Amino acid sequence: MEKTKTINFMAKSSRHRRVEQGVIAVLIACSTLAIFTTIGIIASLIFEAIQFFKFIPITDFLFGLNWSPQTAIREDQIGSGGSFGVLPLITGTFLISAVAMALATPLGLFSAIYLAEYAGPKVRAYIKPLLEILAGIPTVVYGFFAALVIAPFIRMTGSEIGLEVASESALAAGIAMGVMITPLISSLSDDVINSVPQALRDASLGLGATHAETVAKVVLPAALPGIAGSLLLATSRAIGETMIVVMAAGLAAQLTLNPLQAVTTITVQIVTLLTGDQEFDSAKTLSAFALGLMLFLVTLCLNAIAHQIVRHYREQYD
Amino acid sequence: MSKIVESLPNIPEVLPLDPAPQADPAVRVKPLITARNVNVFYGQKQALQNISLEVPANQVTALIGPSGCGKTTFLRCINRMNDLIDICRVEGSIEIGGQDIYHKDVDVVTLRAQVGMVFQKPNPFPKSIFENVAYGPRIHGLAASKAELQDIVEASLEKAGLLAEVHDRMNAPGTSLSGGQQQRLCIARTIAVEPKIILMDEPCSALDPIATARIEELIDELRENYTIIIVTHSMQQAARVSQRTAFFHMGELVEEGATEQIFTAPRDERTQSYITGRIG
Ligand SMILES: Nc1ncnc2c1ncn2[C@@H]1O[C@H](COP(=O)(O)OP(=O)(O)OP(=O)(O)O)[C@@H](O)[C@H]1O
Ligand SMILES: [Mg+2]
Repeated sequence: MEKTKTINFMAKSSRHRRVEQGVIAVLIACSTLAIFTTIGIIASLIFEAIQFFKFIPITDFLFGLNWSPQTAIREDQIGSGGSFGVLPLITGTFLISAVAMALATPLGLFSAIYLAEYAGPKVRAYIKPLLEILAGIPTVVYGFFAALVIAPFIRMTGSEIGLEVASESALAAGIAMGVMITPLISSLSDDVINSVPQALRDASLGLGATHAETVAKVVLPAALPGIAGSLLLATSRAIGETMIVVMAAGLAAQLTLNPLQAVTTITVQIVTLLTGDQEFDSAKTLSAFALGLMLFLVTLCLNAIAHQIVRHYREQYD
Repeated sequence: MSKIVESLPNIPEVLPLDPAPQADPAVRVKPLITARNVNVFYGQKQALQNISLEVPANQVTALIGPSGCGKTTFLRCINRMNDLIDICRVEGSIEIGGQDIYHKDVDVVTLRAQVGMVFQKPNPFPKSIFENVAYGPRIHGLAASKAELQDIVEASLEKAGLLAEVHDRMNAPGTSLSGGQQQRLCIARTIAVEPKIILMDEPCSALDPIATARIEELIDELRENYTIIIVTHSMQQAARVSQRTAFFHMGELVEEGATEQIFTAPRDERTQSYITGRIG
């Protein structure tokens, strides 16, 4: 008679368990490292920003109309406080981003609609990678292009029609940035439009709607939240962009909404404040952290809203 | 013998309908739809071979046959939805009311307004119940005023047997309805355009027996004003709602005739095997 096998689940050797625990430990270590780095960066931003607000009241920073930190290092001078009003930087940042979005939204959206709805598989196979190449160009190249091609062109055209255009302008930087974020918008929106179920298109076309009517009345409304999400992500990318602005928009902090003038942005000021030899406890240097914190909060909010919208949209069709 | 094996969905006969009055096969009405030698290819693969079929007006014609035999393909030929599939090629001729719908001068958009379609899976727009039904009439400019549009929407929902359930929440999203309600919403949306012909591709495949019975009842009522072609996997359903039945098998139209004859005295052995559940 066959001997009945004994059943035993009790771990005889803890080998399985040790391997499992080892893997988990490595995974936890890596993710902890990533999380702590992020927390560390944010903490240092907050800490240094607090230091800065000891020199400059937070209300002066938030509501001041004048940004000229340069004067702050001339300590021999009377009234060496410098001005740390962030408003000109904010208007500069938003002016350039607005120009960029005004250009990139129609370009990106229409090319996404074309790609997703009208392009045949062959055209798609060429255009998609091309757009992705555009997205892969280093931003310094766009900056180059903006400073050496777009800006002079705008100035020439401007002077011909009698407009005063600065040699470095928000418009030039905005245009280059718009070209840069167009592929981002088109590829995100293309995905969103593609994920609108074919059944909805069939329903509309089956009712005798034309393709254009179907796109305008069914596909786009259904994709709208996702498209809005992709636009917000692109905006936050534009706000955080530095290189193009350094090269093409200038350093002058002017409180203006005229895109033909030179403006500067939060990111550019951070760069100029921290490049070169600096004392680390001067208001000038510390102001960079306050700017950084501000930028971080703005883009964080935009990203959070964008992700929320995109996720909500995904849930709708699952 | 068929390689395609498929279990027939067995819809239990709760709430049986009165058997639809069978059309007398001797009375030959002039067909509304005439398909002649229709061949359909997906790329190199032939999905339909030499289909010739006549569909009489104001009757329900059921298309039955094993999965993959080309029922949906044939249905989609009739309102040219196959145009949307790049690799799909249709040969032969299909006439509706004497006009060749594949003629180069045909306006596909107008054709589809005349030949409505209800899909296998309910596909309401992510819009309100009202907007779902108002979509077609708006596009085709069928309503001169808001009040008129309201009337069309309500009449369509009424015909689809849904108005009583939704009249107090016309602004709720169409997607918030149950599956059976969604399918009736899709039917309302289709009839709001006032097509002559309604194509239904397994309209009850996602529904429970009660919702199925309601839709079958509805189909029977609609027959008075519309010509209906319905694809179904349920023999009982075909027997209950249709006057004529066409049996497809591996891309061929094997047999076509009065429903009663197909189910009681099929001429072809394959039809016999299929309806008794031996091939599928
Ligand atoms: N878009 C398509 N591309 C390629 N082949 C297709 C396509 N649609 C259908 N076919 C093929 O055509 C044949 C008929 O398909 P069809 O959808 O008409 O079958 P059906 O009878 O409706 O089946 P079911 O009962 O499962 O819905 C199948 O072999 C299928 O693989
Ligand atoms: Mg099918």
